[in-house]
Parts: sequence; structure tokens; C-alpha cells
Amino acid sequence: MTSTVRTYLGRLLPQLIALAIIITAISIIFPGFLNLQIQNGRLYGSLIDILNRGAPVVLLAIGMTVVIATKGIDLSVGAVMAICGAVSASLITSGHSLVETLLVTLAVGILCGVWNGILVAVLDIQPIIATLVLMVAGRGIAQLITEGAILTFIDPGLIFIGSGSFLGLPMPVVIWLIFGILVALVVRQTALGMLVEAVGVNREASTLSGVFTPVLLIAAYVLSGLCAAIAGIIAAADIKGADANNAGLWLELDAILAVVVGGTSLLGGRFSIAASVLGAVIIQAINTGILLSGFPPEFNLIIKAAIIVFILVLQSPRFRTAFTYVSMPRAAGKPTEREAK
Amino acid sequence: MQTNSDNILSAVRIEKGFPGTKALDKVDFHLRRGEVHALLGENGAGKSTLIKCLTGAYRRDGGSILLDGAEVDPRDTFDAQRLGIGTVYQEVNLLPNLTVAENLFLGRQPRRFGMVDTRTMNRKARELLAEYELDLDVTRDLASYSVAIQQVVAIARAVDLSGKVLILDEPTASLDAHEVAMLFRIVRRLKARGLGIIFITHFLEQVYEISDRITVLRNGQLVGTRETSDLNRRDLIAMMIGRELAAEIHSARTETAEGRMRYRFRNYGRRGRINPFDLDVRAGEVVGIAGLLGSGRTETAEVLFGAHRADSGSAEIDGQTVDLSSPRAAIRHKFGFCPEDRKTAGIVGDLSVRENIVLALQARRGWTRPLSRAEQNRLADQYIRALDIRTADREKPIKLLSGGNQQKAILARWLATEPEFLILDEPTRGIDVGAHAEIVRLIESLREKGLSLIVISSEIEELVAYSSRVVVLRDRSHVAELGGDRITAHQIVEAIAAANEREAS
Amino acid sequence: MKQKYLPLTATILIFLLSYALCVAQYPNMLSTRVIGNLLTDNAFLGIAAVGMTFVILSGGIDLSVGAVIAFTGVFLAVVLEQTSIHPLAAFALVLAITTLFGALMGAIIHHLEMPAFIVTLAGMFLARGMAFVLSIDSIPIKHPFYATLKSLYFKLPGGGRITLIGGLMLLVFAVGILVAHRTRFGTNVYALGGGTATAKLMGVPVAGTTIRIYALSGLLAGLSGIVFSLYTSAGYSLAAVGVELDAITAVVIGGTLLTGGSGFVAGTLVGIFIQGLIQTYITFDGTLSSWWTKILIGLLLFAFILLQKGIIRLSRPERQHA
Repeated sequence: MTSTVRTYLGRLLPQLIALAIIITAISIIFPGFLNLQIQNGRLYGSLIDILNRGAPVVLLAIGMTVVIATKGIDLSVGAVMAICGAVSASLITSGHSLVETLLVTLAVGILCGVWNGILVAVLDIQPIIATLVLMVAGRGIAQLITEGAILTFIDPGLIFIGSGSFLGLPMPVVIWLIFGILVALVVRQTALGMLVEAVGVNREASTLSGVFTPVLLIAAYVLSGLCAAIAGIIAAADIKGADANNAGLWLELDAILAVVVGGTSLLGGRFSIAASVLGAVIIQAINTGILLSGFPPEFNLIIKAAIIVFILVLQSPRFRTAFTYVSMPRAAGKPTEREAK
Repeated sequence: MQTNSDNILSAVRIEKGFPGTKALDKVDFHLRRGEVHALLGENGAGKSTLIKCLTGAYRRDGGSILLDGAEVDPRDTFDAQRLGIGTVYQEVNLLPNLTVAENLFLGRQPRRFGMVDTRTMNRKARELLAEYELDLDVTRDLASYSVAIQQVVAIARAVDLSGKVLILDEPTASLDAHEVAMLFRIVRRLKARGLGIIFITHFLEQVYEISDRITVLRNGQLVGTRETSDLNRRDLIAMMIGRELAAEIHSARTETAEGRMRYRFRNYGRRGRINPFDLDVRAGEVVGIAGLLGSGRTETAEVLFGAHRADSGSAEIDGQTVDLSSPRAAIRHKFGFCPEDRKTAGIVGDLSVRENIVLALQARRGWTRPLSRAEQNRLADQYIRALDIRTADREKPIKLLSGGNQQKAILARWLATEPEFLILDEPTRGIDVGAHAEIVRLIESLREKGLSLIVISSEIEELVAYSSRVVVLRDRSHVAELGGDRITAHQIVEAIAAANEREAS
Repeated sequence: MKQKYLPLTATILIFLLSYALCVAQYPNMLSTRVIGNLLTDNAFLGIAAVGMTFVILSGGIDLSVGAVIAFTGVFLAVVLEQTSIHPLAAFALVLAITTLFGALMGAIIHHLEMPAFIVTLAGMFLARGMAFVLSIDSIPIKHPFYATLKSLYFKLPGGGRITLIGGLMLLVFAVGILVAHRTRFGTNVYALGGGTATAKLMGVPVAGTTIRIYALSGLLAGLSGIVFSLYTSAGYSLAAVGVELDAITAVVIGGTLLTGGSGFVAGTLVGIFIQGLIQTYITFDGTLSSWWTKILIGLLLFAFILLQKGIIRLSRPERQHA
């Protein structure tokens, strides 16, 4: 058991170090950064803020990780967020109960996932193109639902999801924590994780070994759609309205980035949900940190780009090879020559 | 040290080491003008390493290379090509999405006023291919032509670019007999033009058909260079593996199986892939499948396993009609299938040996019933030991294993599911002679345990060794079945040939 | 007809058919005025899409295009407002910057072996960030030279005009077609799309070609930015958001495979026309809301993907095994 914990920590080490460096750096520039206060039974502080603000990207990253592990990508999550936000706002304003609203919204997210999944698994369309369709059309659909306006609502239940708190933590944080742990447990305590990795590495060989590839692929996109739906609800609840134009805009890119920063290869295969969540938190920490550190907000994107490039360069194959050159043979091409003996 | 002027290429005392191993240990290799020189050895003997050193793909650690008497030091394959050493690989290394002409002239397209002169390029391409008796529409994409023609285009490009030495690395692996004959005509013609040709292959018959001399490597060392005409097959195998294994493969064939009839396929087939056939398989029996490439061997396997759903006929197991319309359905009925193309359809490269071994069993159990890690370890260790899979440990990514060990791991994947019906498509292709013999022994021991096996192999003598019946295929149909005493290499070849004659008449 | 021309032919047919349908409903749409406007309104998108076509043909992607357009616009606005250098000099300067920027991304993609998707995503942040740093406000460009450039046009019979920027787009497409099909660089781009490893073995200068492809995309994004600033007479750091997506869509609708190696620059032009046509139709109709554009383009994208899939499946019925 201890060895599994150790390998697990080993996997997350680069992300943990990166996060530690970023947090240390921010707290040096902005001394109050690490402060936490309890008001009205709820934690306040910049750290909590990061976890709260990061909720949508964290959620998207959870689904995106599994999709990327299957050698796929889901560009539509931002648009699906917008659709789901619009659906929940329009349902709640037209008098449906909170439970109905939530269930239907989640179902819509799942439906979007099924659509993507069928395109990828059954019609065998390249994931980046398959999900591009919904990415392009999805925002139009969301606007169709809200009829171009920002659809506001006042239902306290729905708003609670965005700004309420539970056990001292903001609701969005509670939601992604529980959901993330749930997904990670389901994936790792069953054989799902291994099967997903097998499909991601070699779809044909996995199918021939009896893995039910199409269902697995569709399930991955469904998970991604579900994550986008939850993120969409949170985003809408947060601003008490559905903004079809801006909800989740470009968040698919942040989510992909989070997965990559988390060390999961875009080529599929090995994945870690915890690492992706850390990746998303890192990205949000950078965002918040820049804001707090007193840099002019104009510099946000540049600093973010620089830090991300730095992290990615550290992970790049070429850079790693340069470090491990001594211990690694150059014969990447045909290792059989050595192994046969 | 001989460096007489007959030699177009001399490699002297070439050394190359990888951490922990000496891949080439002071190997000498001399290639004459106008000869076909076969380079042989087991996997891991150092053939590929030597070729890579000659073409600059690897930097050698020591030794010198003389081309036309002058010392050369190719930095990379492109540099080697410029110096005169061209290479054609088994997987055609051309671009399928470019036209034939563009492939031939990539990087050196004729230009007028800075623009590519397409018309001149196409004319030159046609002229170039005419020397190879090929009359193609050179403006079509390369992908629209067969592998054999692509292979010839690759040779034409290599010779046109290099013109001194041509290295053919397993060029015939995916060609059928006619195509091999065409290729060999071209090789002979190039030989007559004075090129030195290095030919690497696993097919010993082809070595005897085309080569003038043979160089054998073993464990990174030179075993020797002989005139082909002076070296008989048994001695050659002995040189390659260093022990008299040749006899083992020719072991006396066992008598016809007496097990009960379990599997009955009637009028089974799929349009466009394999014509409907009847097939019965007993328990404890190996049915061999023979035929030329493209005769429907792999298609037979795929339709039996449900990789491509049968669209006619029925399948019965023990008298019960069963549904085998997908790999999952077949696996439910305790089928297993080791595909021919190990890399793309067999191994899951990035996953560990352990995960590869448990994959099929886990897939059959479903994702909700995971095998515990301890159980996985036990299974993996058990098969690594039983099949002698050589790997540092079970967590090593399978892509780092040699071909033979990968094949054993895939076998282990199926054995772990305790199959009753196992389909092996070319289980011994592209693996070294030692592992080859082990797999043949394994097939025999599985049969003794009562499994039913279908084995597809292009090595007829191997089929003779373990099959109780041999089905002969031609033109996507099952045309003959040999049993009992009729299973001899001679009879099988006759059956294939007869089938082809009928086709010709 | 060769199979590789099928997607292009389908694109052209769909364009002609939908144009005919539009004209049947609104005969006014058959005028040089509409065509002239189509060119002018889509000039910046078209120019950027030519660069995107090369990138996609090589098997890559460039997400930084929209951000580079915005940066170019802001840069020009700031430079022309605060200094007295001539717009032409400013054009040259900004083109040099964007070209270098593209080359840098190409170099990172090649030398650090990082996915183009991620590198150009970082590039998008960087370019957008630089635009923000220059100015967060929308700055109008009032230089008289801009007015001169905007007044240049070629009059078509029937009252339509090919403006300078519309004509420039056509010129860029013409040059793009020539470069793609009649230069060694063009063939090398296709070669990379066919397989980098093989292309390298065949002696294609992979590093140089990759860098040049992204430099070209940067150059054209810069040019597109100049055109955009002429079109809007302003520079705004939040402008041209998502243009890269429109460009990618145009490329795919134009019959180029997103996997690389197959497609035509000319197809992209038709892809641009189709997108423009949908917008024009919605303008003509007047009752349809703008979001229908997105939904229609999404559906069109889907139809084209299915079509390409069908063609590929028809040409290779089932994989041939031994």
C-alpha cells in the first residue's frame, strides 16, 4: 500500500512542485495571500478563491482527461457549458423545479456527449473535427435558447450552487471535490482506467482483445459532456444568469491546458485525474496570483503564457531526453535489437 | 583486411554499443560490385544496427566505412543517400499522399523560373519507371498503387538518388509470390548494372534464389561470409542460431487427432473478403491454413473471430448454434486470436507487459469486475515464467520487448483467458529462430492439452510439423483440405500450385 | 476524375447550388455588388485562412491567428497615433514581427517536439496579451493614408466594387495556390502532412519547412491584421476573437483533411465564400437571427466531414490483409 502511495505521489510531484513554487512566489509578493478567515461559518481567503474560481476548469479538466486518454479531444465543452447554462436558466425561469431543472440540464450535457461520442466511435471521425462541429454550432444553439439575451433568474436554490457554501467551503469547490473523487474512484477502482488507457494506446488491438471500444469511447465523451453540464450550471449560478455568448468561452482551451500541465499526453494512454485537477488549480493560481500581485491586468495573458510555456518546456520530450541522456540509449527507433538477448 | 577494388562498400571493424550491450563487435562486411549479398541473423543479431551504422542513422563507436575505396562518414540517411547508399525498408518509406512523380523527385524537382516544372518532372518520372518495366500514371497519388509497386517506386528513387549501393531491408515481407518474382527481376537487373545490393530477409528460400553471398551475424559478431552456392541450408541455420535446431522443426508429425468434433462452420463467409467455406475443428487438433498472400488466410481468421462479421452461414459449438459476430461474442465462447500485424493489432505498446497479459481477461470480465493487482501480478508472473518471456520486469512497457517476446506476451494474453479455440495468424513471422522453435513447441503442447487451434503460416514446413489437417486457400476460397499422410510440404505446395494452375487455365 | 478532387468538387457544387437557391429567393443577390461585398467583408478571414491551409496541410494547427490579427491592429493604431512614421513602414514592421512570431512558434513545435495545438495556444495568449499591453481601448486610426487606401477600388459592371482589400485577398489566394502546387516548399508541406518521419527520411528539411509554415501563417495573420485595421479603421485588443476557428472551418469546408496531407488552397476560398454566403443570406432575410449562422455553419461542417468520410470509405472499401 505504501508503495502505491509513493508511486502516486511520484506521478504528481512535478505538478505539486509547480504549484508550491507559484504559491510561494505569490505569497512573497502579496503577503496576505495565505491568510484564511472564517466568517459566518465559511472560509474566506485567496486560496479558497482559487479553488472556487477554478471550479469550471477543474470540472472540464476531469472529463477532458478521460477523453484525451482515449486519444481524443473535446473542443465542444465550452459551447456545451453555454448550452447547459442556457437550458437551466430557461427551465428555472419558466417555472420548473430545481430538481427538474438540474436533471434535464445534466441530461442535455449527456446528450451532447453522446453526440460527440457517436461521431467519434461509430462514424469514426477524428475527435478534433467531430467536436469542432458542436463547438461551432453549440454557441448558436445556446443563443437560440436564450434568444440572444442574457437570461437572468432569481431562484435561490440554483443561485446557491454558485455562491452558497457547505461545511465552510464554497459550493463549487464542494461539487468538484466530490465529483472528482467520485470519478477518480470509479475509474481506478474498476478496470475502466486500464481499459481506457488500452483503447487510447491501441484501439484496434484493444477491440480485438474484446474491449468494448465504442461504448468506452462514447462513455468518455459522455463524462466530458456531464462535466461541462455541471460546469455550465455553476457558471450560470455564479452570475445568476445564462450568457450564451460568454459562458465557458475558450474554457475548452484552459481545460486542455490543465490536462497537459497535469502531464497527460495529448497522444492518449496513461492519465491521471488528480494531476489534471492540480493542473487546473495551477492555471487558476496563476490567474489569481497575477491579479493579486498588483501587475497591471494587461499583463495577465503574457505572464500566463510564459509560465505555461515554461511548464510545458520542462515536460517536453526533447528537454527530458537532454536530462536523462546519459542513462537513456539513443536507439529510440528499434529497441528490439538490444532487448532480444 | 581486404579492400580490393572489387568491393564497392567495405565496413571494417564496425563497433556500436548501447548501454549494457555490445550491439556490434568489430564487424567486417564487404560488398562487391554487382552482387546480391544477403545479410542474415536472428533478431537482435545486429543486422539492423549494422545497416543503421552504414546509413548514418546511428553514429558508430568505432571502425571505418569505405565506399568505392574512399572513406566515408555519413551523418544521416540523407547524407548516405547522397554518397551513394540508398535504403528501401519493409514499410515503404514514401509518402502515400504525394503523386508517384513527386515521390520520385521530392527535394530535387526540376524547376523553371523558380517554379516546379511539373511537366518535365512527370516525363522524367515516366522515363525512370520505364527502366523498371512500370508504366504508371505518375500523376496519381502513390496510395492508389499496390505495396509491390510502391516498393518498386521506392527502389527506383533510391537507385536514382544513390546509384552505388542499395540496401533492401525485408522488402518481400508483405509481397505475394508474383510480386516477389517481379521484385527479383528488378534486383537482378540492378545487379547487372553493377550495383552492390544488400538483402535482408527472413525467407531462406529467397536467400538461395537471389543472393550470391551470405553474411551471418550473431549476437553482434560476425559469424562469417560464404558463397551462397557453397552453403547448404542446414549449415546456414547452424551459423545463424549456433545450434542444430533445424532438426527440431522437422520433428515427426503426430498422427491425426482423435478428439471429438467441437466446432462446425457451415457456408461461413463474408462478401468481398472470404467466400463461404465449411470448416470442422476437433478438440485437441491443429488445423493449418496455407495459401499465398492475399488468398484469404487472414480474412478466414478474422471472420472466424468476428473481427469482420460473417454475412453468410452458421457456426456451431458442440452442436449449439452460436453467435460470433464480434470479437467480444467470440471471446465469450472462449475464442482467442493472435493477429498477424503485431504492432498495430496485437500489442498495446505503452502499457506494461502485465497489463497486456491481463487485457483480454479483464475485457471479458467487464469493467465492473476488476482483477486485483495481486491477481494481475500473479497471472503476469505465471506466464512470463511459463512462456519464458524475456523482460526485465512485468511493468516494462511491452513496446520495448523484442518481436518474439511480444508475440509470447500476446499468446499469454489469450492463454490467461483459458481459451478453447485459438486462432494464430503467422505466429512466427518476424521473430528469431530461437523464439520460433519455442512457439512451435507451445502450439504442440496446447494441442495436447485439448485446445482447438487454427494456425496460419506461410512457412509450409512449420505447418507440416504441427497440423493434423491443412486447409489450402486460393483467391479468397477454401480449395482443398489435406489430412493424414497427405500433409507434406510437397503436397501442400502441389495443392497451392494446382489451384493456381486452374486459375491460369 | 481523381478521387482527391472529389471534396473540392463537392465544395464548389454546394456553393453554386446554395448560391442558386439564394438567388431564387432573393434575385438581388445575383449582383456584382453582393460579390464585391462578399470579398471585402471576408478579406481578412480569407487571408488568414490561406495561412491556416498551409498549416493544416502540414498536419498542424495555428490557434494564434485571431490574437495576431488583434495585435497587429492595436500595434498599427498605437504606432500611427503616437509616432509619425508612415503607415507603409509600420506595415513592414508589423509584418516582420508577426512573421518572426510565427517562426518562433514553428521552432518551438519542431525543436521541443511539442504539439502545435498547445504551442499555438500559448502563442494565442501571448499575442492577445501583447495587444492588451499596448492598449486596452479601441483606438481609431485616422491617418489620411488609410483613407486613400480605402478609397481604392476596381469598379465592376453592375455597380459592384472590388476594394483594395478584396483584391488583396484574391491575390493572396493566387500566390498561395502557386506556392502550394508549384514550389518545392509546397510539396514539402504536403510531405510533412503525409508523415513527418517519412518526409525526414526522404530528405525533406523538416525543421526549416515547419518553421517556414508557421512563419507564413504568422505573416498572413499579420497581413490579415493590416486588412482588418483598414476594414475597421481601428485597433482593438479584443477584436477578431475566434477568427482562427472561422479559418479552420473554412479550410475544412474547403475540402482539406484536418489530418493533413490532402487538400487545396483554392478549396479554402470556396469555404470562405460559403461562410460569407450564409451571412449574406441571413442579412438579406432580415428575420433570421445571427446565431443561425453558427448553427448552419456547424451543420455544414458536419455534412462535409460525413462527405469526406464517405469518400475515404468508398475509395478503400475495407483494409486489405494478407
